[in-house]
Amino acid sequence: MKRRKVDLAQAPATIARGTDERFQAATPLRALLNKVFPDHWSFLLGEIALFSFIILLLTGVFLTLFFDPSMKEVAYEGAYPALRGTEMSAAYESSLHLSFEVRGGLFMRQMHHWAALLFMASIVVHMARIFFTGAYRKPREVNWVIGIILFLLGFFAGFTGYSLPDDGLSGTGLRIASAIMLSIPVVGTWLSAAVFGGEFPGHLIIGRFYIAHVLLIPGGLLALISIHLALVFKQKHTQWPGPMRTNTNVVGERMFPRYALKQGGFFMACFGTVALLAGLFQINPIWLFGPYRASEVSSASQPDWYVMFMDGLVRLMPNWQIYIGDYSIPPLFWPAVVGLGTLFTLPMLWPWLEARKSGDKRIHNLLERPRDNPERVGIGAMALTFFLVATISGANDVIADKFHISLNAMTWAGRLGLIIGPPLMYWLAVRVCLGLQQHDREVLAHGVETGIIRRLPNGQFVEVHQPLGPVDDHGHPEPLPYGGWVVPKKMNRVGALAPAIKGFFYPVEKPAEAPVSPGMPPVSGDEREEITSGR
Amino acid sequence: MTSVQHDSEADRQASTVDVFDPKVSRFDIVKEGLRRDEIEIITYESQFQGTNSKAEKRVVRNIAFLFIISGLAALAFLGFYIWWPWRFELGHTMGDYYTPALGLTLGISLFALGFAILAWAKKLLPHEVSIQKRHDGASPTDEQLITGQTAMFVADELAGGVQRRPLLKGAIGLAAAPLGIAAAAPLIGGLIENPHKGDPPPLFSTGFNPVHNNGNPVRLAREDGTPIRPEDISTGGQATVFPGIPGGATNEFADSPTLLIHLRPDDAEETRRNAEADRRNRGSMYGDYVAYSKICTHAGCPASLYEQQTNRLLCPCHQSQFLITRNAQPVFGPASRRLPMLPLGVDDEGYFVAKSDFKDTVGPDFWERP
Ligand code: HEM
Ligand code: FES
Repeated sequence: MKRRKVDLAQAPATIARGTDERFQAATPLRALLNKVFPDHWSFLLGEIALFSFIILLLTGVFLTLFFDPSMKEVAYEGAYPALRGTEMSAAYESSLHLSFEVRGGLFMRQMHHWAALLFMASIVVHMARIFFTGAYRKPREVNWVIGIILFLLGFFAGFTGYSLPDDGLSGTGLRIASAIMLSIPVVGTWLSAAVFGGEFPGHLIIGRFYIAHVLLIPGGLLALISIHLALVFKQKHTQWPGPMRTNTNVVGERMFPRYALKQGGFFMACFGTVALLAGLFQINPIWLFGPYRASEVSSASQPDWYVMFMDGLVRLMPNWQIYIGDYSIPPLFWPAVVGLGTLFTLPMLWPWLEARKSGDKRIHNLLERPRDNPERVGIGAMALTFFLVATISGANDVIADKFHISLNAMTWAGRLGLIIGPPLMYWLAVRVCLGLQQHDREVLAHGVETGIIRRLPNGQFVEVHQPLGPVDDHGHPEPLPYGGWVVPKKMNRVGALAPAIKGFFYPVEKPAEAPVSPGMPPVSGDEREEITSGR
Repeated sequence: MTSVQHDSEADRQASTVDVFDPKVSRFDIVKEGLRRDEIEIITYESQFQGTNSKAEKRVVRNIAFLFIISGLAALAFLGFYIWWPWRFELGHTMGDYYTPALGLTLGISLFALGFAILAWAKKLLPHEVSIQKRHDGASPTDEQLITGQTAMFVADELAGGVQRRPLLKGAIGLAAAPLGIAAAAPLIGGLIENPHKGDPPPLFSTGFNPVHNNGNPVRLAREDGTPIRPEDISTGGQATVFPGIPGGATNEFADSPTLLIHLRPDDAEETRRNAEADRRNRGSMYGDYVAYSKICTHAGCPASLYEQQTNRLLCPCHQSQFLITRNAQPVFGPASRRLPMLPLGVDDEGYFVAKSDFKDTVGPDFWERP
């Protein structure tokens, strides 16, 4: 019998051919390998959100293996002495078990919680980047809306998550959630009864939150994140203006090998950050809070930071009660239901509102520098100020306590801040943008300040400017158009001085790459003139 | 994904390289692929001058070093994970450092790995600038038209057909509507709970309702269930009390926790004057004792911080403040409604009882509160 020789070297090609015969994968795979991505540090923020979501999935699955979502009362007999003999829910007991009696369990719990904080933080900063650079403009409005829904889902993922351990703190949060539902006119009591399965707290809520937390919400997040990324892929990433960059191309590097490798490196660094935080900084020490009791609360009970703006708004709301005949609307309704609803729907409409106001129906693949659209920056500054004041007010009792300020003063400061702060910041942001714009135009018109002072014959002192472009017959610079990108403002940026030394331990041989404006090519060696005749 | 549609015939014609020619280099084939994907490579150059330059060797050494650190830290992580004492014990023990040791070693390992990969990508791989064309905007107008007409055709076959056959229209309506509701009913119906059912309805009653004690007044009890006499609380003192019924201090009766306060005589005088002037609170105090629901009328937190000097009760959740001497009216913060007062009495054995349930609704406010 003849032995069939297997040529191992041919195996990959054979398998590849076989695959292609079945799936016609060659062309799309090549397009994927070749896809060009623009690069900028700010494009990484969204990736951090994606990476922390992956960490959440990994650590979360581990937690489910030990967590018991039951509200059955049990007497604690575990390893933590201070609570032995205490009656508590099985959910709380299993969380304590996870923290003390599972090897590495506490580490996993803390990783999960830190990853959740990082997830929400990166979403917020990513959203700010998208907003201030105008990346949400046509054709990317839908991805902006998806992003806001992702924040909302993350908000609920976090809230359901830290409600699960059923400790003193999370029970208080649940109680407030129930009150928020109760505050809704007409259907409030029915809604709360439906969610809690009767009167608060009942016996069902942890089980219901559990399935929402580990299945429904992550499922929704996963689906939306997939659509989000698929749209980025399909529509291609936006890019900053710059040399060669136009509205109809993408300038950058191909996805493979360099871009993908960098992403892998960033993922590991992100994972490492979460591991360090989880190991070194305690988070949510549930054993200190005790089981939930309706009669007990620790002062300074704060939710996670991304829920704090809600808490702050609720604290700042004056106690206005509205009576309609025999019925009433409690003040809680306004910040917690109407407020939250508006805070999420208004931003969703923003891309269309802006397009409508400016009448701009064009497709935008080039980002705008924030300074070039002062009004947008002003509105963004307003929104951030509002969020910030609300968030700080969510901790106003802690601040009052730490800095010995009266609580009432803090509340009033928050109320006033919420009204005065945003317009003030709007005005300030617009002024700053206009100032920056003007400086760019000045440099383009007159050149870079050299720091060299000349004395004119009449005794006047003037600073010598290095023109950025050609000069006319009188030695006056010809005005240059603004290209929407960084204008060099230092002499070493135009190559007239030694570049700033790069490299931490050793200087790197290659000079720093100077950002260049389109229509303003970098001054290269032989074209450079010695400054002899400054104006 | 980008699906740049290529007419392979046109591609082959435009192609300047014969990819099957064995003499063509791999990079030329790659370039041909780029051309088909409408990509132009502007620069693709090594970051080093020449091969094996000193600078390149140094970068390679650094990257190798990072990889090795990553491996060592991972080994350290395993070592700590397996051998370091990890069980919780009281006091300051080695076990306290278990989680930090895990975090530190895993963190260093992942960081080193991440930086190694980043340095590899950024420092070793050739620097590249490529330009790819975008294809924005709508599909060709004829495509739009064809798809639109196809959709209209489908709609016409279905909806138009139904329009022409009235019997079908009615029948489908009759089938679809009940089935839709039938599909939704079990999902929603199972969740609906009437918040007003029960006697007494739980929204309006607490564990102090006499029904929980066979119609007799319910005693005030501490958390462990022991009843309380007036003498147990000194002047100016206070205690959290629960209904003295089985499970009265558990979350079954989450609305029942109550704050019992023994006021100083002058405060008691003022409190009584205000209570007597009020229709609902009249006669609810017992001597210098007054009891208010501890469940904040704002969002239901226990309003548990009692300031003796000012006679204010502060809720730690959103800082509402209630004035004890004035029927627990809210004086600051977002709460809009006073804390209900529990009608106090003393039974034959000298223990505090609730003469009746709270006369106001306890807890957070809602639409149909009487
Ligand atoms: C974006 C998604 C997620 C967010 C923002 C999030 C957030 C949280 C937070 C803040 C906690 C409280 C942690 C603590 O005890 O300190 C938590 C607990 C928990 N999470 Fe998640 N999580 C997410 C996804 C997941 C997923 C996908 C799973 C599982 C498949 C999961 C499973 C769990 C479990 C079982 C607990 C309770 C563990 C315990 O505290 O004992 N989570 N989550
Ligand atoms: S729950 Fe008491 S002030 Fe909000």
